Amino acid sequence: MAEVVGTGEHADAAATLKVRTMVQGAVFGFVFGFLLQKGGVGTYHILVGQLLFQDWTVVKIMLSAIVVGMVGVFALHHFGKVELHIQPTRLGPNILGGLVFGAGFALIGYCPGTAAAALGQGSWDALFGMAGLVVGSWVYAELSGRLKQTVERWGDLGKLTLDAVLHVPRKVLVPTVAGTLVVFLIVLNALVER
Amino acid sequence: MTRLPASVRHSAWVALLLLAVPAAAVAADPAVDARNYAGPAWSPYLVGAGIGVLAWATFYFSDKPIGASSFYASVAGLIGKLVAPRRTESLDYFKDNAPRVNWGFMFVVAAVLGAAAAAWPVGEQTNRWIPEMWHARFGESIALRGAFAFVGGGLMAFGARLAGGCTSGHGISGTLQLNVASWIAVICFFIGGAFVAALLFRT
Repeated sequence: MAEVVGTGEHADAAATLKVRTMVQGAVFGFVFGFLLQKGGVGTYHILVGQLLFQDWTVVKIMLSAIVVGMVGVFALHHFGKVELHIQPTRLGPNILGGLVFGAGFALIGYCPGTAAAALGQGSWDALFGMAGLVVGSWVYAELSGRLKQTVERWGDLGKLTLDAVLHVPRKVLVPTVAGTLVVFLIVLNALVER
Repeated sequence: MTRLPASVRHSAWVALLLLAVPAAAVAADPAVDARNYAGPAWSPYLVGAGIGVLAWATFYFSDKPIGASSFYASVAGLIGKLVAPRRTESLDYFKDNAPRVNWGFMFVVAAVLGAAAAAWPVGEQTNRWIPEMWHARFGESIALRGAFAFVGGGLMAFGARLAGGCTSGHGISGTLQLNVASWIAVICFFIGGAFVAALLFRT
């Protein structure tokens, strides 16, 4: 951004873009928080209930979001309207980080996004959790140099998508995965009371 | 299938073994039933579909996947810049991810407001320091609840940074792009979570 500062018109354009980005973040975040609260996933017993396999709300929401999101995002990508954002697969940090995340998730009973929804609906205990989230992020940053040289190198497979691993074209795999998840949801819905 | 790297095949076996954890958690017979408390206001399928459409919008308009955990790292870095600027700038993570008030920051702040707007006008606010189910199991100490939430939040942030995302970034945005890392991470979220939840709540 440094090169555009001082050249009036460009600086204005950059500032406008920045404001637009911020406003978009705020609008989409507002909708996200609204939906999380209406879905009940800002609520401790619904989240912990999923981890105890008593309440399946979280899985129902996540899988529906994946089905709808996947079909739309891949369609938009097919027509060149959006970029994908694929993260590298690194088995070591993905598995270890995932397990540590899960352990923390059970202790707090919210996740990073749903803690925001919990706070919004007046579940004030989320504040302790959010303070912990900030401190935990700092601890990670403190160790990030060493982690980069060790754990984060374990099992590095680069950017990897399921269609590449399975050697199945996206136009076949996306409907197949979406269909499978829908069938799973129908069966799940018939089996569980919530 | 013969071209799968050995590490992928090995991790598939590890994943299968780890799936025994949720099975054990089901068998653990928790002392409290989450279904004794109120369910969600809206159908989970409607909410899920809404989040899916929201993902189209964030990709299309902002070129960003939905994510929450990096917000907390930004807050940590912004506080760090105030308290110990040189230390903060020396850390690898903040060199690669300069802390600023950005799209993701606004996203989470606005999510708090969105949830407030969803709850308070229609009497769905909880307005309590201790969740009902926690209270039934662990009593009314705010300090105990606070300590668990704080430690849990800390572990969760560390795990999210290590894994490269949280239940939003990996669990929704990554999985919907059929990103292998995200499917591995989200399965591990639930394995780790089911194990610790069973420890906390089993009889």
